[in-house]
Amino acid sequence: MCLAVPGQVESIRDDNGTRMGRVNFGGVIKDICLAYLPDITVGDYTIVHVGFAISRIDEASARETLRTFEELGILAEGLAELCESTPEGGERLDFGGEDKPTRLAFLRPPARPS
Amino acid sequence: MPDLSTFVCAAPLREYSHVILGHGGGGVLSRDLIDGIFLAAFTNPLLDRLGDSTVLDLAADLRPGERLAVSTDSYVVRPLFFPGGSIGELAVNGTVNDLAMSGAKPLVLTAGFILEEGLAIAELATVVERMAAAAQAAGVRIVAGDTKVVERGHGDGVYINTSGIGVVPAGVAVGQEPVQPGDAVLCSGTIGDHGMAIMSVRESLAFEAAIESDSASLHDLVAAMLAACPAVRLLRDPTRGGVATSLNEIATLAGVGIEIDEEAIPVNPPVAAACEILGLDPLQVANEGKLLAVVPAAAAQRVLAAMRGHEQGRNAVLLGRVVAAHPRLVVMKTAIGGTRVIPMPIGEHLPRIC
Amino acid sequence: MKHLTEYRDAEKARRLAAEIGRIVTRPWAIMEVCGGQTHSIIRHGIDELLPSEPDRRVEMIHGPGCPVCVTPLETIDKALAIAADPRVIFGSFGDMLRVPGSRENLFAVEGAGGDVRVVYSPLDAVKLARQHPDREVVFLAIGFETTAPANAMAVKVAKAEGIRNFSMLVSHVLVPPAIEAIMKSPGNRVQAFLAAGHVCSVMGTWQYPPLAAAWGVPIVVTGFEPLDLLEGIRRAVVQLEAGRAEVENAYPRVVTEWGNEPARAVIREVFAPVDRAWRGIGVIPASGWKLSDAYRDFDAEQRFAVGGITAVESPLCKSGAVLKGTLKPNQCPAFGKECTPRTPLGATMVSSEGACAAYYNFRYA
Repeated sequence: MCLAVPGQVESIRDDNGTRMGRVNFGGVIKDICLAYLPDITVGDYTIVHVGFAISRIDEASARETLRTFEELGILAEGLAELCESTPEGGERLDFGGEDKPTRLAFLRPPARPS
Repeated sequence: MPDLSTFVCAAPLREYSHVILGHGGGGVLSRDLIDGIFLAAFTNPLLDRLGDSTVLDLAADLRPGERLAVSTDSYVVRPLFFPGGSIGELAVNGTVNDLAMSGAKPLVLTAGFILEEGLAIAELATVVERMAAAAQAAGVRIVAGDTKVVERGHGDGVYINTSGIGVVPAGVAVGQEPVQPGDAVLCSGTIGDHGMAIMSVRESLAFEAAIESDSASLHDLVAAMLAACPAVRLLRDPTRGGVATSLNEIATLAGVGIEIDEEAIPVNPPVAAACEILGLDPLQVANEGKLLAVVPAAAAQRVLAAMRGHEQGRNAVLLGRVVAAHPRLVVMKTAIGGTRVIPMPIGEHLPRIC
Repeated sequence: MKHLTEYRDAEKARRLAAEIGRIVTRPWAIMEVCGGQTHSIIRHGIDELLPSEPDRRVEMIHGPGCPVCVTPLETIDKALAIAADPRVIFGSFGDMLRVPGSRENLFAVEGAGGDVRVVYSPLDAVKLARQHPDREVVFLAIGFETTAPANAMAVKVAKAEGIRNFSMLVSHVLVPPAIEAIMKSPGNRVQAFLAAGHVCSVMGTWQYPPLAAAWGVPIVVTGFEPLDLLEGIRRAVVQLEAGRAEVENAYPRVVTEWGNEPARAVIREVFAPVDRAWRGIGVIPASGWKLSDAYRDFDAEQRFAVGGITAVESPLCKSGAVLKGTLKPNQCPAFGKECTPRTPLGATMVSSEGACAAYYNFRYA
């Protein structure tokens, strides 16, 4: 229900009373309705759904989010190393990696077309 | 006795700016079209004879051990012109590539046209010029043709059918050894360019982007690959339905599983972006200048090097491998380390909002 | 693409998954509400990375947040009847074209001569009305709250410009009543929700604390890319392990507490609440939007006499139970036999993120 893609506003204009803009999505430019973001300016990033910009992307917030991902991972790995070196009885960590059976093991052949 | 030397035919104008039904009637108007448009562009000694059929002297063209390949395809693209090409290039390169997938070098093509009444003659002339240019680039001649005209509203401007005959060189044995687990799956370059180029000019879905159709003839690339490895297991050009369709066809026909790596898939950034916006999967989008090859594992690097040394294969990659597990299924290892099945596309891919 | 590719970083995804694996001590069932989230989970194989031991696991239950899946059968049948009308150009989002009605779908209607056009934006449908003043243009306006501002603007523009040959067949659905219906459903196993990030970018998050409190479930507003989804899941697991039931915003770069006020103002002007039947689930009170009185002239149901439609659902179809998360697709007797993506009995097998289609493509045992 929510396929919305981030793009950068390149220009803004008034189209017969409706605020429209050219938005650049990684090299693809589409005409997008900006009526719901009256404060958005050229250069801002926005989330676009079915030809409408519905939210401005807060750059500071985005940076913060990415930073927490960066740090969280490092913390987790540090703890993992600590625990893996614990003698018997220590909690074994699950990394969800190569030693896990993949879902492929549960696959069955496709049903025969009837 | 009247003086017949001053006889002037009272027939109406023969200069038309648009195709009319009379152009398909077989008479003077048809001849005007053939002379003025088709022969002007395709001229060669075989075609210029304008017989009902064209006789080929293959004894002159075929050497010992060589075999013939034959293929046919019809082209119904809308719009007729799109970034990077037109129905004309598709009609030539498409059939040349079908032949190339058997390892064949194209020898001759035929071209049948179904024109819609009302098509601008200038547009037809451009399409035909593009066909002639593509044929020249591919080193193939158009030696027979046909034209019909249908009433306005009964065609999309022009439909083209091309059939082709090609020559498979001696010693080339594409498909002789079956596809088997361990084989490498190669892709000659970026995917989804053609389909998204068409999408970019479709009314209601249009967008601006530096995306062009990749329509190109591939027999030269194939020749370079076969020089590196004559026993290529299989070649496929992933046109409608994209790479996903071709991989599923291979897996089903050979009864094997295929694994591909998402990180290996080459996609031009604007094509990737356009697919994101419309909710399409590049694996399901048509290509017109790309091929997939299944080769023995030992030959993979050699064939890749040969591909990368060629203009049409400069972005070639090792896409994945044939496996014994999950027969008839194509599975992708995703960039983040998960897996998902790449199903056979149902049919027309539709942009989604969800 | 900026603000997209960064959230698909494989290394960070693995670390987030590892962190989830580190903190989970019991089996938990979390529902992602939005179909777009389901699609992303499956596309990237995110659930493959989650812990899956019988006593320490995170199971994702795919929710009913797929407007394609839940559009009532009657609405599809009405759409098909209108699209078959020779006066009509029928505009629709691509997702809807293969959804089966009682007997056929929009593709079939098109094959039989109906003029059906796929559009990217509802404004494109209004453009069709301007371009074809001699035809009636009808737009199938479905969606959750995310799509409502766009659909509302289309009809608002049509009214402002006096475009008489445009109308909409409206079937909007809302998330909060769906969450309630799921929690009330007998056999419900959902213990936490990932709320739909883009729905919340429009509506805000203020509707969710009463739900979290009433039902005792964590609700984490979550985005759509792998890192966003894994982070949403991580926060939900943290809450579950700690016995908390709060609303958290894990998508703050796009979602705020009050959402998009200009959008909600237009929604209030154009739409009005209505009881809505959800295909496979039944009527959920006040769970939908219809056109308000001010816009009743643009209601395709009024303009086209499409009464007398008796929708016939396949008796074999168990979409409803699947949509509520009480039945796994592969547990449905028709799964893979009478019902496949090529011959779908219900919308969950048709939609690109319907759970049944997703499972079929995965071939789970």
